[in-house]
Amino acid sequence: MSFLTSQPIDLATLALSVAAPERGAQVTFTGIVRNHHAGREVVSLGYSAYAPMAEEICAELVREAEQRWSVQVALSHRLGELAIGDVAVAIAVSSQHRGVAFDACRWLIDELKTRAPIWKHERYADGTAAWVDPTAAGGAISSSR
Amino acid sequence: MTPFSVRLFARYAELFGAEQVEVMLPSNARVADLITALRLLPGGAALPAAPFVAVNMARAEPDAPVSPQDEIALLPPLAGG
Repeated sequence: MSFLTSQPIDLATLALSVAAPERGAQVTFTGIVRNHHAGREVVSLGYSAYAPMAEEICAELVREAEQRWSVQVALSHRLGELAIGDVAVAIAVSSQHRGVAFDACRWLIDELKTRAPIWKHERYADGTAAWVDPTAAGGAISSSR
Repeated sequence: MTPFSVRLFARYAELFGAEQVEVMLPSNARVADLITALRLLPGGAALPAAPFVAVNMARAEPDAPVSPQDEIALLPPLAGG
């Protein structure tokens, strides 16, 4: 399965892919492109990735979560140019009961952010742009583009 | 000295003005030697003290060996999700 996509993410399809008669709980997380970041008005953004490594990391995360919590996971991360309100990332977790599905879903999005080689380039209303750097004080650093 | 090819992404591709660069290193080089050589290239001075280097798609520490056959990538701070 490919976890990275340049096509719009359909949450309903993703959720359906982990549904099963014995799984009575399903938790989904949707990350949506926001119109502001660190006090600046964002007009659009672009995601890029070291694709083969990001695919491998996503596969590892899904395997880890499925083994640790006995859940079933579907995950999709968008690449390319996105507009405000677009779905950037979606995760669907199903399980027999709700507790582990919440735990696994939270863990998956947190780990994805810290482990997957994916980058975000924000464009602002004032015409400037920057690469998002979660380790930097302002959350973003200047870019030449 | 042997040419080592390094893939660059996002902000680092902008810094170096390329998605791939080559550096010359001894064949028994380590990740730290690679970083030192990258710093000497145009744009390389802006790299942080300990940039994330992936060797064959796994994080490599400064003392890890690298070979010219490895897939080497220099990764800016991750910002997915």
